[in-house]
Amino acid sequence: MLEIKNLHANINGKEILKGLSLTVNAGEIHAIMGPNGAGKSTLASVLTGNPAFTVTEGEVTFNAKNLLELTPENRSREGIFLSFQYPVEIPGVSMVNFMRTAVNEHRKYKKLEPMSATDFLRMQREKKELVEMDNKLANRSVNEGFSGGEKKRNEIFQMAMLDPMLSILDETDSGLDIDALRIVANGVNKLKRSDNASIVITHYQRLLDYIVPDFVHVLYDGRIVKSGGKELALELEERGYDWIKKEVDGE
Amino acid sequence: MEQQYLDLYKAQHESIKKHSAKVMNNLRDAAFSQFEKLGFPTVALENYKYTDLKEPLSIDYGLNINRIPIPVNPYDVFKCDVPGIHSYLYFVVNDGFYPVSDPRNSKLPDGVIIGSVKEVATLHPELLQDYFGKLSSTKEDGLIAFNGAFAQDGFFMYIPENVILDKPVQLVNIMRADVDFMAVSHNLIILEKGAKAQLLVCDHTVDEVRFLSNRVTEVFVAENATYEHYKLENAHNKTTNLSTLLIKQQASSNVLANVITLHNGLTHNMIEIDVDGEHCETELCGMVIADKNQQVDNFTSIIHNKPNCSSRELFKYVLDDSSKGAFTGKLYVAKDAQKTAAFQTNRNILLKKTAKMRTKPQLEIYADDVKCSHGATIGSLDETAKFYMQARGISEEEARLLLMFAFTNDVIENIRIPALQDRMKILVEKRLRGELSKCEGCVICQ
Repeated sequence: MLEIKNLHANINGKEILKGLSLTVNAGEIHAIMGPNGAGKSTLASVLTGNPAFTVTEGEVTFNAKNLLELTPENRSREGIFLSFQYPVEIPGVSMVNFMRTAVNEHRKYKKLEPMSATDFLRMQREKKELVEMDNKLANRSVNEGFSGGEKKRNEIFQMAMLDPMLSILDETDSGLDIDALRIVANGVNKLKRSDNASIVITHYQRLLDYIVPDFVHVLYDGRIVKSGGKELALELEERGYDWIKKEVDGE
Repeated sequence: MEQQYLDLYKAQHESIKKHSAKVMNNLRDAAFSQFEKLGFPTVALENYKYTDLKEPLSIDYGLNINRIPIPVNPYDVFKCDVPGIHSYLYFVVNDGFYPVSDPRNSKLPDGVIIGSVKEVATLHPELLQDYFGKLSSTKEDGLIAFNGAFAQDGFFMYIPENVILDKPVQLVNIMRADVDFMAVSHNLIILEKGAKAQLLVCDHTVDEVRFLSNRVTEVFVAENATYEHYKLENAHNKTTNLSTLLIKQQASSNVLANVITLHNGLTHNMIEIDVDGEHCETELCGMVIADKNQQVDNFTSIIHNKPNCSSRELFKYVLDDSSKGAFTGKLYVAKDAQKTAAFQTNRNILLKKTAKMRTKPQLEIYADDVKCSHGATIGSLDETAKFYMQARGISEEEARLLLMFAFTNDVIENIRIPALQDRMKILVEKRLRGELSKCEGCVICQ
């Protein structure tokens, strides 16, 4: 589904990704862990086309398409979804209006008619239940005045509405208490199918108790330096990242 | 520039007076001398620093001094921007009150008078004498003086004590002429104690000539009265709208003025709200959407003379292309006006580097126990919000539109007539989409 080869990217001239390679197939969950500043969030930004980052080398193929040539909106319409580490507040734009616009833009891309208001509301109701989201939130402005937990639930709600092929969860666990974490993880697990895939970016192992990965990768200094099964996450939790840094820096 | 009007007045003042009301003529010569002294305002004056009137005033406009009826049926040319608003509908064609009121208008509540100043001057002269010109004649302003010299009629509304108008009054200014034309009118609105009224003023142009309007509106809001004034400007690019709105508030009154420029040529709105009683509430807001070479200048003052009042001012501008915006927010709190709470905000978005905005908060506070704040920002659209929307599959263009619409939303929320609010949302969206590069139902600015 996704193939990243030797990806280099920088922000304001500073190189962050230094030759990252990764393959994700349908049905898989990949966890990307690593110390602060390793480039985890940069990877998420580059995959979704954040204009702040410049790709200098390498290629990314998504379902046989050159992902790097697509605009951010077309990446989304092709089925890439990013759950933002810091969801953006947009005062004055209602959640309903925002979501309906997004859903209908996806449909237009697939040459489908816009969804009727009734169908949209029904779908919205269903998906809200998935993350136990408060009805009130839908009538408010996007993320405005939402608590940390509400913002993250709202991300998963949007993910459910847009039904992506590949979802990237960027530090979705940060700022969540244990109940919110469980709700968010449950939502993600319910959306899991054999034809979609997820990349879970996290600093801690905690989230992986709920969303169980097939692969765990360690990102350090802009590259994936170690990959393994879910037991690697436990090892990292226990031993920290220093031994990996030593291994890599000692090379 | 002034000379042709000075000559015109000297040659025609008998005709001007003959076709006007006595109450207007009483002040006319004094206004003329004032105009002789002041001339038209130039950019050297603070109030007109950002509105250069040289070009629009260089045009040789016709004036309808002899009040020759304009051959137009407003019902034929006017397609309402706000259908379904259920209002009492009245027309002013250029500067004359159109004598036939809408046959669909239901009967006005007892004692309410709506008509032309001229007509009311004959029927109820007592209503005018205490009010007419009381606010405008004290001002040192060339345009107001010009208005005093040349205005021959205007719109009049009187709401008696404790009468609540069940529907908004809609006043449509239609500009209709075959030659470049100047309309000069002086409106008067009086709300007695405990009265309640909403007025929606729409500016429209139906011919492709140059228009200049100079309108002065005086509003008196007595104790416990509530007045809402909405102005919707939707005129073509060759229009120059120069308006003065002067409001005086008595104790415990509530005033909302919301001034929206959707489409225009050059606009200068002078708005002054004189809060002259305790426990008043004042809300002054406005919005501007401009592109091409459009210019809009809102020059506003709120004067707190008495204690325990609150005012809130909010203006938002979205400027594209080479358009120019200006905002001045004067706030005066007199020494005795303790416990005043006054908040002022002006936010502006420039969509292109070529657009210009000038904003000037101007606070003069002489009382020491007050809560006052002001804030002005000029910026561009929020890029992180735009990217967030794009990451959800919303096109960049649509994301920009949603953000612009969101930006103007709180001004629209400040419309207390639901049908007008709904309609305004649609009009603003159309305008932002570029579908309303001309006014609704008109075929001019294509």
